[in-house]
Amino acid sequence: MKKLESTWYNMVVVLTLIAVCAGAALAYVNHLTEGPIREIAEANEAAAIKAVLCADDVTVTDTVVVGEGKDAATVYITDKGAAVKTGDPGNKSFGGGLSIMVGLDCEFHVLGYSILTSNETPGLGAKAGEWFQKNGKGNIIGKTAGRLTVSKDGGEVDAITASTITSRAFLAAVNNAYVAYSSTKHNNRKEDSHE
Amino acid sequence: MAYILIFITAIFVNNVVLSQFLGICPFLGVSKKVDTALGMSAAVAFVLTLATIVTYLIQVYVLNTLHLEYLQTIAFILVIAALVQMVEIVLKKVSPALYQSLGVFLPLITTNCCILGVAILVAQGTYNSQGLEPNLLTGVVYAISTAIGFGLALVIFAGIREQLSMANIPRGMQGMAIALVTAGLLAMAFMGFSGVDSGLAKALGL
Amino acid sequence: MNSLKVLWNGIVKENPTFVLLLSMCPTLGTTSSALNGMSMGLATMAVLVFSNLIISLIKNLIPDMVRIPSFIVVIASLVTILQMLIKAYAPEIDKSLGLFIPLIVVNCIILGRAEAFAAKNGPVSSVMDGIGMGLGFTLALTLLGATRELLGTGKIFSFTMFPESYGALVFVLAPGAFIALGYLIAIVNRLKS
Repeated sequence: MKKLESTWYNMVVVLTLIAVCAGAALAYVNHLTEGPIREIAEANEAAAIKAVLCADDVTVTDTVVVGEGKDAATVYITDKGAAVKTGDPGNKSFGGGLSIMVGLDCEFHVLGYSILTSNETPGLGAKAGEWFQKNGKGNIIGKTAGRLTVSKDGGEVDAITASTITSRAFLAAVNNAYVAYSSTKHNNRKEDSHE
Repeated sequence: MAYILIFITAIFVNNVVLSQFLGICPFLGVSKKVDTALGMSAAVAFVLTLATIVTYLIQVYVLNTLHLEYLQTIAFILVIAALVQMVEIVLKKVSPALYQSLGVFLPLITTNCCILGVAILVAQGTYNSQGLEPNLLTGVVYAISTAIGFGLALVIFAGIREQLSMANIPRGMQGMAIALVTAGLLAMAFMGFSGVDSGLAKALGL
Repeated sequence: MNSLKVLWNGIVKENPTFVLLLSMCPTLGTTSSALNGMSMGLATMAVLVFSNLIISLIKNLIPDMVRIPSFIVVIASLVTILQMLIKAYAPEIDKSLGLFIPLIVVNCIILGRAEAFAAKNGPVSSVMDGIGMGLGFTLALTLLGATRELLGTGKIFSFTMFPESYGALVFVLAPGAFIALGYLIAIVNRLKS
């Protein structure tokens, strides 16, 4: 077959055809993948709630969104305590954009945490996923959220080696979870009596 | 004040080339002479700022309103390609002198991933906006700072490579190998800025 | 026999990373571990094979003057399809590669091969060229990722080779990417001469 000439008519028709085909293909794949993507997001969230509350069977009784913009936090109130999804409010982290889920009991003790997204340097920021757990060097499990700071700033938590900034951002996020949860408790008398 | 922080962070702390790995091709390709490096940086700064504004408006007013978010990549790359062509044509007509100095770099810019990368980051609002609401203004400040960071890294690197061309280098290391190792050392030097942003945030009272 | 030659050409003689020195952004940005490097290489290979196939099939329908925009539309759609599929069925890869998935669009290898090979050859050899180039790219990225992971954390594909405390973290960070690739290219240069 001979190559099409570069006439005005040919060019417009060909480009339009390609664009229409591409658009149709994308719309179709988007339609196919929309469901699975949403399911994954929901499953991740459910799994994270279970993990941070250290319980296999959790019923979410209420979901409250607190704050706006970068300070926003989502509080999932459950029968086993609260799971708070929050970012790092001051945006102190390296890459910007750290998002964690923290489990708190009704006295604001940290039950567990999980890092949802982090744009930190791979290998360095990723360490936060283990460092602050029960067997890690900077264990925060069981401590009271609200005023956690790294030892460099006079606090009681050991920062990740060579990564004080990431540690500060992480603790800021944990403290933000406390702020969010306590504000829902004050606004929500029913929850108080429930506990 | 937070704008200053975005500015400093994007130039030094999270330098687009040396810590985010965007725009490496021109960084390695047109860094043999300081003059050409300056020309390339100016062209990138111009197109990057323009492209960020246009793609942000398209994202907010076309893609988001029509729920066509999945066309983002295709729309952005076409807009950037068209924009580069348009800048080239306008520049040729309006300012032949400027076209003389920037013209050769313009076609290369379409495939500069730092343009598409920054456009996507700004449109999604996932860049480091230092606590400010990610909108058009912060996006543009971020884009300009990124472009300056790109220019800074490129010009410093070109300066080093000019000196390097006079040195006696082992055969295997000649060309790209030594250039990459040099870039690595430069990236290490820029790592020294890490932490400057949080110190500055404290100094500015943020 | 001919198609095998095309394959060999992509993997060794014209290896996109070590010989042609193309598309350095994903090469440096996604190789913090061997697994990340390999997934980026495979994602690029998938786009490369399909873009070569489609472009070699429709090359006679496209007038010369709108060649580049048509190629870009084809490549960008393929990348977006890949991005959605990865998000839906391999969210872990999406997490670790992030921004570099949509940036496959501006990967010089893909447009370069479309222009230099697929626009002049038939579908079969174009697919072989895509597989060859893609494999070459994947091998290079896996090698670089493995090198950085080993030197930085003492692991390869998360299998511990030596204790992590002996690793030099700098190889996982940005400077290590440049330096490791520089030395790998030097070694390849030495082996060639």
